Amino acid sequence: MSSVLYDAQGPRGKRRNVLYTAVFLVAFAAVLFWVFQALDDKGQLEWVLWKPFFSGTEAYSTYIWPGLQNTLKAAALAMVIALPLGATLGIARLSDHLWIRVPVGMIVEFFRAIPVLVLMIFGLALFAQYTDVSSDDRPFYAVVTGLVLYNASVLAEIVRAGILALPKGQSEAAMAIGLRKNQVMRLILLPQSVTAMLPAIVSQLVVIVKDTALGGAVLTYPELLASANTMSGYYGANIIASLTIVAVIFVIINFSLTSFASWLEGRLRRRKKSTGAVLGVDDTVNIPGHAGTGTSA
Amino acid sequence: MFDFLDKYDVLGAFWTTVQLTLLSAAGSLIWGTLLASMRVGPVPLMRGFGTAYVNIVRNIPLTVIILFASLGLNQTLGVNLGSDKVDTTNFRLAVLGLILYTSAFVCEAIRAGINTVPVGQAEAARAIGLSFTQVLGLIVLPQAFRAAVVPLANVLIALTKNTTVAAAIGVAEAALLMKEMVENEAQLLAISAVIAFGFCCLTLPTGLILGWVGKKVAVKR
Repeated sequence: MSSVLYDAQGPRGKRRNVLYTAVFLVAFAAVLFWVFQALDDKGQLEWVLWKPFFSGTEAYSTYIWPGLQNTLKAAALAMVIALPLGATLGIARLSDHLWIRVPVGMIVEFFRAIPVLVLMIFGLALFAQYTDVSSDDRPFYAVVTGLVLYNASVLAEIVRAGILALPKGQSEAAMAIGLRKNQVMRLILLPQSVTAMLPAIVSQLVVIVKDTALGGAVLTYPELLASANTMSGYYGANIIASLTIVAVIFVIINFSLTSFASWLEGRLRRRKKSTGAVLGVDDTVNIPGHAGTGTSA
Repeated sequence: MFDFLDKYDVLGAFWTTVQLTLLSAAGSLIWGTLLASMRVGPVPLMRGFGTAYVNIVRNIPLTVIILFASLGLNQTLGVNLGSDKVDTTNFRLAVLGLILYTSAFVCEAIRAGINTVPVGQAEAARAIGLSFTQVLGLIVLPQAFRAAVVPLANVLIALTKNTTVAAAIGVAEAALLMKEMVENEAQLLAISAVIAFGFCCLTLPTGLILGWVGKKVAVKR
């Protein structure tokens, strides 16, 4: 679409482009210069503050890797629990029985309307007041609980959309050969929709990984973001350097996941064998209250 | 059962949530539209900047951005956004972080809207000699916004929920109040019910109303 918005540039257009580029460069350089000077003024560019990350592996092995492990552990566990739960909720929402469809719909809408942080805080207090989980483990349990409750309801919508995206002929043909409702779902619709919604599920992982950071900031769960604070304490007030490194690691992980999801989507769309129904990375934009790749926290 | 409501300013906390939401929404709509225009424009450098911005920012957790604003910008570099009071500064830093983060998603929603505008519209506009700014401003964006109402509503709902991240830097909004309440009072279920109800009141009507508006203003093709 972008190329149809403007004509091929003539001599005047090209000159104008050069001008805009120059103006943009100057503005960008000014911002960079301001940032550089502000950092320099406060001594934030001193090599001492950045050295732990660029010479030796101590910072990585002592602080970042354990933090990253906790981040991935919480994210993976949350995904593993939320996926079957979400699939069940999603299928239940498509039920022919009103008494199943309506309550499940309310549950799904309810948990999607609430911030994941509120669910985590609720989980933390819940485990503190009603269980004997030790206070060291509570943040982990709370983070996973919050992530599962929220993401199960989002995955339920993804599963529902994935099943609805299949051509009508699939279930009609299945019913025509005498399969029962449960067989139609189990043998025909679900296997096909799983491949269709794989890209959307992978991009939901990005949301989960990002949301674990809340556990570090608010619930004292020792994940990657929390390790930045510890490092800043240990290496002498290098919070800017630490947070920058942590942000870069998050970008690398999430960008790989997003790229993988897009690659998967392209591959599935090109495939001739399937029904051609694919629930893409951007299709989740149409699920109410959910803005595609990772707008939840 | 709900006697804790007298002790704590629940409405005040939700008012802060609403303020955070509205200010960030306005800011990110502007910055997001600018980013989207850069991404579809003829200047390669701006296109590259827009793409890089969106890909980097939406892969960083919002929590990291907001903590960076507080610990890095404010406490280390001494940026206080024109206020001497800690509370006001933290509020403004939270709004800044939310704007920087949300505009990446606004940009993508608008770009999705631009993609729904038929090619013929832009071609016709170019044929009558309009420049890029005119094609975008007069022909494409007005139609794109009408198609983008529902995706933008989803971004707004997500933004409303994301304002809770401001609790990480001590902005007195609903999630921080909830944390304080569950630590001091022994009525977990009642407190959670009140907070959950508050967020349902904010997010569910937004989705319903803007969903209806989206259908109403959509260009029938």
